[in-house]
Amino acid sequence: MALSAKSAAARSAAAPRGAASRARTVRVAALSTEKSNPYMEELRATANYIATRGKGILASDESNATTGKRLATVGVDNTEDNRRAWRELLYTAPGLGQYISGAIMFDETLFQSTAGGVQFVDVLKKQGILPGIKVDTGLEVIPGTDGETSTQGLDGLGERCARYYKQGARFAKWRAVLKVGSSTTAILENAHGLARYAQIAQANGLVPIVEPEVTLGPGTYTIEENAYWSEKINSHVMRLLNEYGVVLDAILLKPNMCLPGLDAPTASPADVAKYTVRTMLRSIPPAVPGIHFLSGGMSEEESTLNLQALQEACPNSPWSLTFSYGRALQSSTLKTWAGKKENADKAQDILVQLARANSQAQLGKYKGPHPVPGGGRILQALRTGGPGK
Amino acid sequence: MALSFKAGVAAPVAGSRARSVVVRATKYDEELVATAHKIATAGRGILAMDESNATCGKRLQSIGLENTEDSRRTYRELLVTTPGLGKYISGAIMFEETLFQKTSTGKRMTECLTEQGIVPGIKVDKGLVPLANSNGESWCMGLDGLDTRCGDYYKAGARFAKWRSVVSIPAGPSLIALRDCAYGLARYAAIAQNAGLVPIVEPEVLLDGEQDIDQCLEVQEAIWAETFKYMADNKVMFEGILLKPAMVTPGADAKVKSSPETVAAYTLKMLRRRVPPAVPGIMFLSGGQSELEATLNLNAMNQSPNPWHVSFSYARALQNSVLKTWQGKPENYKAAQESLLQRAKANSDAQLGKYDASGESAAAGERTYEKGYKY
Repeated sequence: MALSAKSAAARSAAAPRGAASRARTVRVAALSTEKSNPYMEELRATANYIATRGKGILASDESNATTGKRLATVGVDNTEDNRRAWRELLYTAPGLGQYISGAIMFDETLFQSTAGGVQFVDVLKKQGILPGIKVDTGLEVIPGTDGETSTQGLDGLGERCARYYKQGARFAKWRAVLKVGSSTTAILENAHGLARYAQIAQANGLVPIVEPEVTLGPGTYTIEENAYWSEKINSHVMRLLNEYGVVLDAILLKPNMCLPGLDAPTASPADVAKYTVRTMLRSIPPAVPGIHFLSGGMSEEESTLNLQALQEACPNSPWSLTFSYGRALQSSTLKTWAGKKENADKAQDILVQLARANSQAQLGKYKGPHPVPGGGRILQALRTGGPGK
Repeated sequence: MALSFKAGVAAPVAGSRARSVVVRATKYDEELVATAHKIATAGRGILAMDESNATCGKRLQSIGLENTEDSRRTYRELLVTTPGLGKYISGAIMFEETLFQKTSTGKRMTECLTEQGIVPGIKVDKGLVPLANSNGESWCMGLDGLDTRCGDYYKAGARFAKWRSVVSIPAGPSLIALRDCAYGLARYAAIAQNAGLVPIVEPEVLLDGEQDIDQCLEVQEAIWAETFKYMADNKVMFEGILLKPAMVTPGADAKVKSSPETVAAYTLKMLRRRVPPAVPGIMFLSGGQSELEATLNLNAMNQSPNPWHVSFSYARALQNSVLKTWQGKPENYKAAQESLLQRAKANSDAQLGKYDASGESAAAGERTYEKGYKY
């Protein structure tokens, strides 16, 4: 970012005289961001609200293409109205707000309304659910790597965030995708993207959810290996957030839980919790109010049992160890609905039951039985090629 | 909360390159965690008594004693044989000379400490020297041969180490100085852990200067971000380290002083933003604060639970009154020990958040700050 001669002169004229000020070379980013950002108090309040104990996030920000794939599994066409009707079902589920503090939306959805003409943002707010918005525009392969990706979306991000804030969004989300054995190039590129996005989001009044996902992938890698890579990646992400002056009190983290590879034996909830908690304790300072784990392919029941185990492994955790679940809240809901009006109530009921189970798990009080027991992994292919349409 | 895990090398993933994943394995991992937790116990903190011979000499000379090995030994013996000290003190940092010394009764200094349940520690840095191309700043020497030295210290009974780097706010600090400070600490910490010593990580942001508390916060956030960054790169195990930060305060010559509540709020804010909860203990340096200030500030930081043990590692703020009471005279010996115990108890109370300042003497309120202080 080139500084004009005029602004350089203005800066030096304003600077105080003296040896101390001339020597001042340490970054002032963090301090001046915090003091000069008019949204700072609201950002902190938003982050703290979303991280309220006993609550988590409903991730419903699938791109139109991905949503289409989901709808196709229950024989529903990928039209704007069907996407709207599906999201309406989710957001109008009675009592959802007891367990859900935020809902992440896709661009199209943020501006949609119910069939009766009530804006989704208003439906959510009435439920006590803060509207959030996916702001990245998808993945691109990094040239020279073995299919590793970088997340796109920095161009025009400031303007987009401002527009989303105006519409009622109060938090944002950007998903970086990494893996066990990511190259240094990919780690630095993705950490950079997350840090710049977070900085821009905060400057425009949106709490950034920072998501460095180490995907649950093929292979026989152990849970220890996953933990090592998760920790290493978190460390790079945190250091860049610091360098870019992102205020940690006003972000949320969306990491993966530590799991062995798909071709390795599954780990018990106690083991998942042990390694996940260790990774968080080592890499995430307490200022971050909430750590909202992604479900990333875990079955609905697995997602709840593992979340419960986290509380047992870390009873006095300084951050809320909670959820931001997409598939783990929507999969059975969608199957139950299958696009039919007569199934809507039952589908909403499943959604709320799943939300309640995870809420209880967040409080360390989940007892079961699970609303959707014994399900298998819910995997999805990685999509690259730019903005989801 | 102690986390235990096996050290080891994970098996390579089939079909991928460069796969030996070492999950921070050293043979001392479990012992390091145990030692760190032994030091970071409720109601206890560290007695820093590792002044170099020259600095110790200054202290002794201020009460009319000559700077000889014998007088240094007599003074340190007074400290380590204070009855009941182990109730409030969990670790004592020594200078190399002291680690190998015996008391007048022929008992090793380290034994006097371990008998009391106090873990012996050792200063391992080789002091500060001018840093080229900086703003008149220093860097800390000591990496050469550090692994051997640490091995010898472990054999002599030390179980934790300390390395003090400094950061000057009036000088910027420059990026060169900031990075070198953090990098040196990270390399030292990795080496110490590999030799079985819990590293105390001390990037002291000096009290010198006119900066306000906000500027201090900014610099502290920067140095700790840098330090954790390099420690992660050097595979330092955070469950087996202790930190020794300066509190976040206005500079010694700042116009506006801050109350203990303000110091506590700013300091905790900084720690929450930079210190992962895996670190078991944060042992503050006093850095020129008066004994009373250092205790009041610590007390203010412990009014509600913290994710890490928040305690003290004080030198001047524990020893000032001791020296004044002793004056080098045998007839004052017991009173001097009593005075150490009093200060240790006051800080123990502060660690528990229940310190009561009424009944403190005027001497406790004396500033121990020296401009351009050499440790």
